[in-house]
Amino acid sequence: MNNDLLFDFNVDKAAKTVYITREFNAGRALVWDAFTRAELLDQWVAPAPMRAKTKYMNFEVGGRRFYAMISPDGHERWAVQEFTSITPKTNFKMYNAFSDKDENRELPGSDWDYNFSEQNGITKVDITIFNESFERLEKILEGFKIGFTMSLTNLENLLSTLSEKQ
Amino acid sequence: MKQDIFQAIADPTRRAILTLLTIQALTPNVMAEKFDMTRQAVSKHIKVLHECELIKPEQSGREIYYHFNAKKMQEFDHWLAQFRQNWETQFNQLDELLSTIKKQKK
Repeated sequence: MNNDLLFDFNVDKAAKTVYITREFNAGRALVWDAFTRAELLDQWVAPAPMRAKTKYMNFEVGGRRFYAMISPDGHERWAVQEFTSITPKTNFKMYNAFSDKDENRELPGSDWDYNFSEQNGITKVDITIFNESFERLEKILEGFKIGFTMSLTNLENLLSTLSEKQ
Repeated sequence: MKQDIFQAIADPTRRAILTLLTIQALTPNVMAEKFDMTRQAVSKHIKVLHECELIKPEQSGREIYYHFNAKKMQEFDHWLAQFRQNWETQFNQLDELLSTIKKQKK
């Protein structure tokens, strides 16, 4: 099913900008909800085995989503999204920054721009991410990697425990 | 502080220096001539590029030649490929979620 759906990922290193385009086999209203409602976001936005937990989300201009990516060993990486512009079912923009568990932001963050369009029941989402620095982008990936490494370490430990018992 | 590779590449002069270095290794003096810059200005750019390991110095007699470090650029591209992979994983999860919701509605 996924094979016919477009997925583009381009990085303009000079402009410090990442462009992502993805199609989804669903109507625009549903896809919009999946990107803008906390209870849906938490179900897909963290690449397994990570999971996402939204503490609160006010999806309105000037409102915030305060959430964490949680690794299998319980390590929490908090971040704040601040919504800067919303055109229902068409576009929203936000400013994303990592933070501590008390919502103190670590600046600078990055600017995100989401566009939604539908054709023949397929919804296309265009995402533009502008980063002031590459290190910032690197941190995002580090967050993901911690989760993977942790779970691999757990697996190694488990395997060694099991083999010792034999 | 370690130099940010994005910052290094974002500057048009540094991109031009890198492009030139892919063709041949150059000394700071030759770079200054080619770009019609002062030696100090060139040194600043070299420092940034060197600190993020995009270029490597090599002593040749009394001169220092700077080489383009293709390996570092590859590492960077490799890193970006991982970033892409993460997005792919996330979006596949969203595909599943969307199809589950659509089934529930029927």
